[in-house]
Amino acid sequence: MGKQIKLKKGFDIKIPGAPQKQIGHLQPSKVFSIKPSDFRNFSYKLSVAEGDEVVAGQSIIFDKERPEIFIPSPVSGEVVEIVRAEKRRVTHVRILADKDTKFKSFDVPSSLSKESVKETLIGSGTWSYLRQRPFDSIPDTDSEPKSIFVSLFDSSPLAPDYNYLLKDDLADLKKGLEVLGVLSGGKLNIGVSLATEASLYQGVDATVNTFDGPHPAGNVGIQIHHVDPIRPGQVVWYVAPQDVVIIGRVFNSGKYQAQRKIALVGSEVQSPQYYTVVSGQSIESIVSGKTTDAPQRIIQGNVLHGEQTTKDNFLSYYTNQITVIKESVEPELFGWALPGFGKLSLNHSFPSWLMPKKVYNLDTRINGEERAFVVTGEYEKVLPMNIMPVFLLKSILAGDIERMENLGIHEVSEEDFALCEFVCTSKIDVQNIIKQGLDLLRKEG
Amino acid sequence: MSFLRKFVDSVKPNFSHGGKYEKFHHLFTAFETFLFVPETPTNGTGVHVRDAMDLKRTMTVVILALLPATLFGMWNAGFQHYKAFGMDSTLFENFLFGLQKTLPIIVVSYAVGLGVEFIYAYFKGHSISEGYLVTGLLIPLTLPVTVPLWMVALGAIFCTLLGKEVFGGTGMNFMNPALLARAFLFFAFPAYLSGDIWTDLSPEAGHQVIDAFSGATSLVTFDKSISQLPSLWTMISGIEQGSIGETSFIAIMIGAAILIFTGVGSWRIMLSAFIGALVTGYLLNLIAPASNPEHSMHLAPYLHWFMGSFAFGVVFMATDPVTAAQTTKGKWIYGFFIGFFIVILRVFNPAYPEAVMLTILLMNVFAPLIDHLVVEQHIKSRLKNA
Repeated sequence: MGKQIKLKKGFDIKIPGAPQKQIGHLQPSKVFSIKPSDFRNFSYKLSVAEGDEVVAGQSIIFDKERPEIFIPSPVSGEVVEIVRAEKRRVTHVRILADKDTKFKSFDVPSSLSKESVKETLIGSGTWSYLRQRPFDSIPDTDSEPKSIFVSLFDSSPLAPDYNYLLKDDLADLKKGLEVLGVLSGGKLNIGVSLATEASLYQGVDATVNTFDGPHPAGNVGIQIHHVDPIRPGQVVWYVAPQDVVIIGRVFNSGKYQAQRKIALVGSEVQSPQYYTVVSGQSIESIVSGKTTDAPQRIIQGNVLHGEQTTKDNFLSYYTNQITVIKESVEPELFGWALPGFGKLSLNHSFPSWLMPKKVYNLDTRINGEERAFVVTGEYEKVLPMNIMPVFLLKSILAGDIERMENLGIHEVSEEDFALCEFVCTSKIDVQNIIKQGLDLLRKEG
Repeated sequence: MSFLRKFVDSVKPNFSHGGKYEKFHHLFTAFETFLFVPETPTNGTGVHVRDAMDLKRTMTVVILALLPATLFGMWNAGFQHYKAFGMDSTLFENFLFGLQKTLPIIVVSYAVGLGVEFIYAYFKGHSISEGYLVTGLLIPLTLPVTVPLWMVALGAIFCTLLGKEVFGGTGMNFMNPALLARAFLFFAFPAYLSGDIWTDLSPEAGHQVIDAFSGATSLVTFDKSISQLPSLWTMISGIEQGSIGETSFIAIMIGAAILIFTGVGSWRIMLSAFIGALVTGYLLNLIAPASNPEHSMHLAPYLHWFMGSFAFGVVFMATDPVTAAQTTKGKWIYGFFIGFFIVILRVFNPAYPEAVMLTILLMNVFAPLIDHLVVEQHIKSRLKNA
């Protein structure tokens, strides 16, 4: 039995466009893409050239520093284009998919041991679904994690409901969790909410910790902080639920099958619901014809931490959600002075605190201009961690690595600070500052 | 209001990069954003949606919170004036007199202070922050109604230049700019800010100042003999002499309620300053000289709350988030010491009965140190749990 952790700090942003419990089918996209920029701190090298034929599971790019780690092709077909940006940096490796996918097959170990699991994960390319804190990068194959975390719920705005999403993949999910349990040497931690159905993790040999509270309770970083905090020099690995399913599928079938379900959500989606997709599929093939005509922003991920994208882009490697919201285009007369009905704020000078259940149709407006730090005590209300957010940010801005370490930079990731950025009266780019700090730490720490 | 928008859009290019009035860009932006919340979207690399709160609204809330004290101060200025001449006056007459006297002070404070900010923005090319919206009202409220306007202007210039802009503008200063202006005026022109200056005694045709009139505030009385203090109700209601905004405990507490309710002002600082004063007052009671029952150490501890500018300073000045302690624990310590030092200075240094201003400035200086200690302790506790 794990811990029961009640979190008070945080905030659930209620916006329209939550997904219906329904899984739709899409016309498969013709071209798929692997984007090296999806992988943090990954110095990619190409394993293929234009014109090569590949099968699903074959290496497309690999890490120059750690050649055993590669990113597998989600489909079989022909490498049709390698798109480069300035300085010949590769942005996309595009693959024209075959009608029927041909798979590379792997030998799956008959009995699971730490060594055999590791070998299969590396050999199938699914090692790339493991990520580590700090830095959110793919871990070294010879490193030892303190423990492995899987959060079986997502608390962010309009997040997919994993109870529903995973119910058809229970066998693969449990196999995946079993594999991670073996890999962690018995130190697997599963994070669940009060709403998580026990069927998702029943029979799995792991510590199950229950988190009760508003977003960011579902963030793996928050869970690690409360269960097995990271100190300088330590790493913890984590895997997202659908990535566990993909790993489980490799061990159950001997094939790398990169399909997953994504939630297409947000105010500008006509009927928000789930779709079965394949990693690297075009955004066009997912959103086309399903959104309104209003000026809109397409986000891979949620409104707090996702990445802005366009229809001609492709689904990122770890994405489980696409959110489409209104883009801000109209200035607003005396907006700051009016009572502000229909506006969402944590501050009580807006009436929104009276209506905690009300759904607010937020657009991308900043609602102000960037200023120096003025108001204090704001970030603390939405960060359920024993960390002093403003002092950590200031130490990053000052480039003081020792102080950053002392204040807990190892434990955090941008997504954990997304709500701090949301509430910031001075409209400071909190997540960018955290990223800057993590990059500095990695380079010089 | 679309004609307004059209007008703003039509002149906007002149102020943009390469335009005729490019140098006035930040000035233009200040006015534009005052009228319109800009449509500028989030940049796509962080959060995509933002809370509706911004600094303009924060400052508006503080101004709202200051309004009861301001309006009461206006009325009281008139009331004290007519009282000194022994004249009967209506509520409206009192208010009108006060308005006549205080409005010019407020206007000068805003015009001069914002003028300096605009000039600075013009030469330094930085955007104009909203900080002065509050500072511009705080300065008049801390001054007596008889203050000459040139002094208000001087204070506003001093406050903006040396209190704020030399440090880099709102958010970068380490002492409360309005209090700094007040302290500057107090030490530079003591004749105008002490003595019988609290009531406007401009002549009234056919009337003489009554014999019983005394220009002493409750703080002056308190240092001489505590039994002569005005009644509790006088001090709480604020129908007494003092700086324009400081006298009414009730009006200030309405402001405090607004600040606490909206979370714009820290309740921790306010509460711990009140506790600090109470505890200190009580300790002084214990060691007060039994031989002299009129000594100020004998004062009932809670009376410190209602005298002078204690409430005004604690509610509106000590809670300035930029210059106060920023950590949660730090706020408790910071507030407590403000209460502590105010009482100590009041009782033991009769030369400066108005201890609130000096104490808050002193604690502004110590706030970073308090925060530093709190952060160090936090780091130690983190390492221990490693």
